Amino acid sequence: MAESVAGEHVEPDPSRRDFIHIAAIAAAAGGVAAIAWPFIDQMNPASDTLALSSIEYDVSKVALGQQVTVLYRKQPLFVRHRTPAEIQKAVADDHADMKDPATDESRVKPGKAEWLILIGVCTHLGCTPTFGGGDWGGWFCPCHGSQYDTSGRIRKGPAPKNLAVPDYTFETDTKIKVG
Amino acid sequence: MSGPSTYEPKTAIERWLDARLPIIRFGVDLMEFPTPKNLNYWWTFGGILAFCLGVQIVSGIVLAMHYDASGAGAFNSIQHIMRDVNYGWLVRYIHTTGASMFFVAVYIHIFRGVYYGSYKAPRELLWLIGAAIYLLMMATAFFGYVLPWGNMSFWGAKVITNIVGAVPVIGPPITTWLVGGFTVDSPTLNRFFSLHYLFPFIIAAFVALHVWALHVPGNSNPTGVDVKSKSDTVPFHPYYTVKDGFAIALFMIVFAIFVFYLPNALLDTDNNIPANPIQTPPHIVPEWYLLPYYAILRAIPDKLMGVIFLALAIGNIFALPWLDTSRVRSMRYRPQAKIYFLFLIIACLVLGYCGAHEPDEKIIPHLTTFTLIDYDVNSSCWLSRVAAVYYFLWFWLITPFLGLRETPLPAPESISTPVLSHPAAAPAGASAAPEKKG
Repeated sequence: MAESVAGEHVEPDPSRRDFIHIAAIAAAAGGVAAIAWPFIDQMNPASDTLALSSIEYDVSKVALGQQVTVLYRKQPLFVRHRTPAEIQKAVADDHADMKDPATDESRVKPGKAEWLILIGVCTHLGCTPTFGGGDWGGWFCPCHGSQYDTSGRIRKGPAPKNLAVPDYTFETDTKIKVG
Repeated sequence: MSGPSTYEPKTAIERWLDARLPIIRFGVDLMEFPTPKNLNYWWTFGGILAFCLGVQIVSGIVLAMHYDASGAGAFNSIQHIMRDVNYGWLVRYIHTTGASMFFVAVYIHIFRGVYYGSYKAPRELLWLIGAAIYLLMMATAFFGYVLPWGNMSFWGAKVITNIVGAVPVIGPPITTWLVGGFTVDSPTLNRFFSLHYLFPFIIAAFVALHVWALHVPGNSNPTGVDVKSKSDTVPFHPYYTVKDGFAIALFMIVFAIFVFYLPNALLDTDNNIPANPIQTPPHIVPEWYLLPYYAILRAIPDKLMGVIFLALAIGNIFALPWLDTSRVRSMRYRPQAKIYFLFLIIACLVLGYCGAHEPDEKIIPHLTTFTLIDYDVNSSCWLSRVAAVYYFLWFWLITPFLGLRETPLPAPESISTPVLSHPAAAPAGASAAPEKKG
């Protein structure tokens, strides 16, 4: 090789050139990654969106056997005032064959079984199930036919999970704080 | 693009330009491109699709001048376009109708490719680019459908973004990232508008690749037989500019009928209700061109599996060149494949029908049979399951095995043969004997 290019500049130590290549590519890749992240992360929820964190609600406004839907983090939140019959039905089914087994007790606050607080988002593809529908008298999702019982547990249809119970506490006997 | 160029610059200016930017040569070569002389009207849909893309881009740019991409203003700005903007109603109806016309044309174009085996070697990459365009079209149409911010827009966006959320572990954070909040909201609308404006230009770039990839092997043709000599072809212009032009004119008539007489036929009435984040429309359906996929998603009673099969349904289209084992391109010479193809079209139409109806809706009215697993056998859900099974069988079983087992009819020796002589009077030995596969 060196003979054929006699008189010309002889190639320097190849390892030095390799080093320059690797260093240049690494610096470029690092730069691309560093600038790519802000451009990806900008699509995540903005601070003001995240700031919509908690709400308070007076559950005594909900009549027995009824449900009120309030907006929580831009999503529907179900506040359901269950009748004794509905609670009984939910408790009786505690050990029935379910996709996402849970006892009714685990889905309400102690001594507050009449108040069922749930995120009103179907765990299948996010629609809002309609109150009182379906074979179990809980909720029926109009999108793909998921059915929930009076404890908000998934009983039939494509949804994989029970309606989610949000983080909430009873501040007073009738006022809840969600989130 | 390929083949020797016949262009000879005649004036000094043309020679000067040709040495610097051979753009005239490019255009001339494109117009003189040797094209099989037997292309039928099913081949005009490529040109029709280019026309559709142009219509959507022009009408869309105009609409963007009057549209307000914010959760508070979007719905009202559509009313503003429809009532106040000069000819706003016309431009919007052209855009909404244009989306449907675009999909009508693309489905015909795809099924033409399937029937005539246009995806077979050496056109696999051409097919893949086309499938990518179809995927981009679906994404663009989805983004566009969200923009009026009606209630169906809103819930459609919610369901589709939640489909991504079905992927274990990484799904939910990706959904949050896509919608930019706890749920679909104004930030979602803003980014969808940005992407809806961007994607057509990406589609245009893919169309350029599609045409480029087409011009390397050249067009396939209804016989599926390769071009053998110059006598098998005619120059693209004027032969196919005129044929495509005529087809586009006919297409425009249908287009105009919808724009002027049936502008709301394919729009959903629920979208005249402003987006309401706590009230899902009682009967949520996607646009007609996505209904077959929606039916597949609903047919499977498991969230993750439903989403997987939805992805596979689209993935099948990409895999088709490698699933088909038949060496005969055109189904004209594959009598059995023709029948299975007919059933594929029926399966797709049935899936579309089922996608538009509730899963428990009866197919034969007032007839209750028995419940199998979750729904009565006489239900839209079970019909969609039957059709979905056929759809997947066609890709995974029928297409791979039929090519190995069937006996095709003799294909003509060249494109000119069936044109010049009556098929019955074809000279002995005219067959290319594809039935004697090696």
